[in-house]
Amino acid sequence: MYVAVKGGERAIDNAHRLLAEARRGDPATPELSLDQIDQQLALAVDRVMTEGSVYDRELAALAVKQARGDLIEAIFLLRAYRTTLPRLAVTCPVDTARMSVRRRISATFKDLPGGQVLGPTFDYTHRLLDFSLAAGGGVEPVDTPPGAPTAPTATPKVASLLASEGLIEADDADPAAGPAGDLTRQPLTFPAGREVRLQNLARGDEGFLLSLAYSTQRGYGRSHPFAGEIRMGEVAIEIVPPELGFPVEIGEITLSECEMVNQFKGSRTEPPQFTRGYGLSFGEAERKAMAMALVDRSLRAAELGEEATAPAQDGEFVLMHSDNVEASGFLQHLKLPHYVDFQAELVMVRQMRHDAMAAAEPGDG
Amino acid sequence: MAEAATPVLDGYNFAYLDEQTKRMIRRALLKAIAVPGYQVPFASREMPLPFGWGTGGIQVTASIIGRDDTLKVIDQGADDTTNAVSIRRFFARTAGVATTTRTPEATVIQTRHRIPETPLAAGQIIVYQVPIPEPLRWLEARETETRRMHGLADYGVMHVKLYEDIAQHGRIATGYDYPVQVAGRYIMAPSPIPKFDNPKMDRSPALQLFGAGREKRIYAIPPHTPVKSLDFEDHPFAVERWTRRCGLCGAGDSYLDEVVLDDAGGRMFVCSDTDYCAGRRADGHTGEDAGE
Amino acid sequence: MTEAAACGIDGVDTGLADPPLLVADGVTRWYGHRLGCRDVSFRLWPGEVLGIVGESGSGKTTLLDCLSGRLTPSDGTVTYRTAGGETVDIFSRPEAERRLLQRTEWGIVRQNPRDGLRMGVSAGANIGERLMAAGGRHYGRIRALAGEWLERVEIDHDRLDDRPTTFSGGMQQRLQIARNLVTHPRLVFMDEPTGSLDVSVQARLLDLLRGLVARFGLAAVIVTHDLAVARLLAHRLMVMQQGAVVESGLTDQVLDDPQHPYTQLLVSSVLQA
Repeated sequence: MYVAVKGGERAIDNAHRLLAEARRGDPATPELSLDQIDQQLALAVDRVMTEGSVYDRELAALAVKQARGDLIEAIFLLRAYRTTLPRLAVTCPVDTARMSVRRRISATFKDLPGGQVLGPTFDYTHRLLDFSLAAGGGVEPVDTPPGAPTAPTATPKVASLLASEGLIEADDADPAAGPAGDLTRQPLTFPAGREVRLQNLARGDEGFLLSLAYSTQRGYGRSHPFAGEIRMGEVAIEIVPPELGFPVEIGEITLSECEMVNQFKGSRTEPPQFTRGYGLSFGEAERKAMAMALVDRSLRAAELGEEATAPAQDGEFVLMHSDNVEASGFLQHLKLPHYVDFQAELVMVRQMRHDAMAAAEPGDG
Repeated sequence: MAEAATPVLDGYNFAYLDEQTKRMIRRALLKAIAVPGYQVPFASREMPLPFGWGTGGIQVTASIIGRDDTLKVIDQGADDTTNAVSIRRFFARTAGVATTTRTPEATVIQTRHRIPETPLAAGQIIVYQVPIPEPLRWLEARETETRRMHGLADYGVMHVKLYEDIAQHGRIATGYDYPVQVAGRYIMAPSPIPKFDNPKMDRSPALQLFGAGREKRIYAIPPHTPVKSLDFEDHPFAVERWTRRCGLCGAGDSYLDEVVLDDAGGRMFVCSDTDYCAGRRADGHTGEDAGE
Repeated sequence: MTEAAACGIDGVDTGLADPPLLVADGVTRWYGHRLGCRDVSFRLWPGEVLGIVGESGSGKTTLLDCLSGRLTPSDGTVTYRTAGGETVDIFSRPEAERRLLQRTEWGIVRQNPRDGLRMGVSAGANIGERLMAAGGRHYGRIRALAGEWLERVEIDHDRLDDRPTTFSGGMQQRLQIARNLVTHPRLVFMDEPTGSLDVSVQARLLDLLRGLVARFGLAAVIVTHDLAVARLLAHRLMVMQQGAVVESGLTDQVLDDPQHPYTQLLVSSVLQA
């Protein structure tokens, strides 16, 4: 009569087969190739690389395919794979001032050295569903690409223009701070240094950072931001092989960078000056970089002597809840059986109800 | 009952993690054993199973398991629940170690939510999967403050919670993850085992290791360490009792799961520890629902 | 003034053999370039109530936080004589020891009772917390003592299992006092204890406080901007202005014959009001 919850093995195997079938969909429809995902769902690949912490378009495209387009699942797949990768070398810091920019805009100056370059952006498109895409239309060639990579000469940073006048805080590394922490090798501890916070935010969930950043704009920890500069393009990656002793270029990657310029009224010790918030992401992930920059600035509240009252200014709150691999796993673990704990609760509630009813009985002995 | 080792997955290190990571985790384990009940932060890795599904326990097991070990994995006391199967399979594939469902045969037991009914023996290691390692978390959300409270043994607030339970409900209303004090010093979360299992932790001859992957903490109870469940002198700690016995094996001393038989209120109770129940039935014990 | 007013004005022989309970020596606190308090020195004897008066921003609360071990002074020392007769330098001791003092031999009453109470648990749990922190493990005895103290601060015993959120402001403040006094501290720090209350309930609280201080022979340091509170409770006063003590002495003496122009201004503005 009692049928035990047996057969976990077979249930899992069957579930895996059903998943594979659902992933493939109708076999009459051509299967997606990784190239197609990489090229035509490029921004999905960019997000998976950024939050998955691995710059590899092919692996990210595979993750997107395997996850059936569920990007948080794809990020998880890439992170789990990352665990098994050996660390061969540490690159030199990338120099984004030397980026071959494909997009570069500033909201703080009308024109500036290096110019404004719109590049491939959704901005100023009218968000009208384009039915010609559904029909598989071709693309008109761009005559003189307005966003063609500039010469590999440096495009000066907006922040450095302000810095020459002392109008913005310096962003030199604090020599007293010691070597930068590494979130993938050391556990997060509090209070976390800015470099660790930035690592956390760079891997953090775009939706979470977007909402937090938005909340600062609506008054929960207002920081008076201006988009000082947003740039996107290719930067060179260099390492210093120990046997050579000088940097060699091993390739290039696409980055999106955002430097926010925020108002700062000054304090008793500091004259009024603009402050910075910084965001960086792999590929074209401009919204993520902007959100990150706003949250970075908010998390500096204590350092700048501001009263920290809003969620976005609370380091423990933001950093402990930003990672979607952690959050998604823990949320979904509620699907696992909890019947032992539930049984403990059942026994307890029954006993307490029994006690309560006994106490409510008329006390006539 | 032990199943022989299976071929190992190509392209991955023994037990998935690379040796540097295992060494890092073993260092954390040694520190945890040296300071019983203290939560040691460690650089938890992303594993191919989701956070919250046992990644802490898996990383601990992966770091201590050797080719000669025999592994048992249980979830809710059972070897055949899907998550237990999934984790046991993971180690069978990545480490090729022998697995078993028999508690006495296992050298390493990874568990979620239960301690086996069969008493553990010297030489065995039990690895608990821990979702929230911080016993003070529900009273104080901030990590910086809870670490300070542990450091200063500033634990008055734990008894405030127990006091409040008794004042409002007439009894301590915590049924699982019931806080304990280890070796008279650190207050520790035993993971969400029912409080029924708490006494098994006290002075156990086995080594008890706790891994919280998402929260990046490891802690431990060395063999023969006193573990006391928090209580009051006049409201002593007590475990759950059932008026029924196991319907299959007739055991009256085990933790029972309630199984709903129909929509007319039909219930039966069976051992949550499937190995214990099977062992008793093999020895000839039967319960009243065991059928023919 | 009660007979218990064993006042010890610095430099004046009190005639008491007891050594001082609390000694502040040159206590100074800076916030960056901004001054909190500067070069404050005094001695407090067992059973003595010291009032610190001044307008807001004069450094009273900074000084109180330094004295009670919650804020580390930039300069100067605070020493305390424990029940065991040992003299300890508060800031050279580890935090664990400081916290132990704070929850056993000291009490700290905050201006806003919400800062000093656990609003999520019952009145009984609030009063019992210090007993449990000190190792109390008998529910029945903790509860009985909590009930006694509830009545002592004039709250009905049947409110023992109610949360402070259901209490009025005056009741919350009295509950905070019970929570602090249940372990019989020797020294209580109070920051504007009547500051958040309506004038109508202030008098009752002051009366209660005066009775408890006398009954248990408490020493206290009370920060207040209200000279009426100071006159009623304090044996001795220190007047602070811009972080420094400008005048000190017996309460009646300071209030009836103020010497410093700032004290004169304070006293006259109260009289005019």
